Amino acid sequence: MALLEATDLHTYYGHIHALKGISLHVEEGEIVTLIGANGAGKTTTLKSISGLLHPRRGTITLAGRRIDQMPPHEIVGLGIGQAPEGRRIFPRMTVQENLEMGAFARRDGSIKADMERVLTLFPRLKERTNQLGGTLSGGEQQMLAIGRALMARPRVLLLDEPSMGLAPMLVELIFRTIVEINQQGTTILLVEQNALMALNVARRGYVLETGTIVLHDTAANLQQNEMVQKAYLGIE
Amino acid sequence: MAEHPVRFTPPGASPFGVLQTLLREARAQPKRAWFGVFLAVALVYPMLDRQVLGPWLGEHFLGSLNSTLILVMLALGLNIVVGYAGLLDLGYAAFFAIGGYTAAFLTSPQSPLPFRTDFWVAMPLSFLVAALFGVILGAPTLRLRGDYLAIVTLAFGEIVPRVFLNLETITHGSKGMNPIGRPHGPIPQLIDGSLQFGQVELLASDQEAWYYLIALTMALSVFLIVRLRHSRLGRAWMAMREDEIAAASMGIDLLRTKLLAFAMGASFSGFAGSIFAAMLQLIDPFQFDFSISIIVLSMIILGGMGNVYGVLVGGLVFGLFDRVFADRVTGWLHNLGTALNTPIASDFLKWVDLSGSKFMIFGLALVLLMLLRPEGLFPSAERKAEFHEAEEPTEAEPAEGAAAELQQRPAGGAQ
Repeated sequence: MALLEATDLHTYYGHIHALKGISLHVEEGEIVTLIGANGAGKTTTLKSISGLLHPRRGTITLAGRRIDQMPPHEIVGLGIGQAPEGRRIFPRMTVQENLEMGAFARRDGSIKADMERVLTLFPRLKERTNQLGGTLSGGEQQMLAIGRALMARPRVLLLDEPSMGLAPMLVELIFRTIVEINQQGTTILLVEQNALMALNVARRGYVLETGTIVLHDTAANLQQNEMVQKAYLGIE
Repeated sequence: MAEHPVRFTPPGASPFGVLQTLLREARAQPKRAWFGVFLAVALVYPMLDRQVLGPWLGEHFLGSLNSTLILVMLALGLNIVVGYAGLLDLGYAAFFAIGGYTAAFLTSPQSPLPFRTDFWVAMPLSFLVAALFGVILGAPTLRLRGDYLAIVTLAFGEIVPRVFLNLETITHGSKGMNPIGRPHGPIPQLIDGSLQFGQVELLASDQEAWYYLIALTMALSVFLIVRLRHSRLGRAWMAMREDEIAAASMGIDLLRTKLLAFAMGASFSGFAGSIFAAMLQLIDPFQFDFSISIIVLSMIILGGMGNVYGVLVGGLVFGLFDRVFADRVTGWLHNLGTALNTPIASDFLKWVDLSGSKFMIFGLALVLLMLLRPEGLFPSAERKAEFHEAEEPTEAEPAEGAAAELQQRPAGGAQ
């Protein structure tokens, strides 16, 4: 049984039918990526999983348990953490306070070890623990968003466009860290427009177009696929 | 000596030496020193009022101060809703009314309830009933944000006093309810040469006693509110105010957190309402009109949203001007005009009427404040940062952080 499984998701924004029957699964320990153009439904899929949106039809299960109609705060408690689109760090809180907020849903008290782990993953944050989140650079904010999501000790980490708006050097740094987080045992569902980087780190990938999944294969096969090469990798 | 400042000067030290030691302590911990000064003034003030300041400020100053402090207490409660949780509530007077009427229902002989309690029972019950109504009025507004929330709360602020006005059989409508149960307690008295503790009720003229009751309730409120701010719930409010979606992603239950903000905010107006009703001995619907909501909100804006101490100072400045100084200063200016006796200046000074143009002055003050210091006089660190984001590094951030940033940020790193 897959750790995270979505079956035939239909999600709407008012009358707009944004997801038209998305099915996907993520196995324990994997990195799975969703790639696709703007408006294909990548972020909507993540929001449906994290509970910020509720699918009108279809089911989502985490380790066999239905979560599709739960409010977001309960889903966080069950083990799905997310670094939302646009980072959404708390600008008027310090780096440390942001990280502490990440552990809000946890009741087990000691978060020191997790704080240490996040600051080791992102040494740049360690130098800035007392700086306000809003004064960080874009790359640092992305690190903070990922680190904050990790503080909840999620079983599955949802990452929405971590490379958005970042310089190439920082994109590489972020992706290296994503692999490291995965190697430490966190399952990752990664939404990306930067298909090249995403397919490099993922094991499997789904290609989304206008609310439906048009392709699903291993990352290696997708990299060789002619249509993917043409549309997303810029190879003629 | 330099490392361990002497707290207790040895016997025989001059008063000057004591003063020196105190000053040194104050310089080492300015925040505590100011707090100490504030506390000392707050404790001693009523004794100075009659003898020292009375002739100067007018004999009703202490009474005006008391009604100001009740408004400040409201500001403390509203600060939870607006300053902490970021929910704009324009109808806060509704909860003040509910607190006051709860005390009236529980203690007044005109109450339709089959039983009566005394003030000390009614006060905490008003706290709870106001909290309950915070939840009841908060629940339907929870899905609204920003302007829409403000409009609905504005409507609630109008509806609640109107309900009390129209439920004549229960509330006596515009005639109001009176009398209302007074606080009472054992006061030491010399009777026939021996000290006895008799039960004494606080009369309207016992301004000093009311002052201490209000100050004590305020101190308790401040203590609770500061603790709330640093609690788990307080942090959830802050996160929600900053970014609702991010807060939800952190596992914060937005509905519950908002409801609790309304409930906790409203509850402190229960304290204020019950004391207000008992002090005036009369409650009627016209005491809770829209201007109360606006004055209390202005106190918060003036003092600095989100910071309890800022709200205290802002509330005092605003309230004392409203209740006391607008009149007094007008009087002083008129006297000055008479004394000067020069043609144009005297006429002008006698023409000035600060009380009549109170609301114009409030308006001007708020406009000026928004232009010059939009975060308020004593803002919380977060607010300050919010209004000065463009001017990096922020004041909350040490200068060396900025220097390090310049050195360490790689050329491609700045976004």
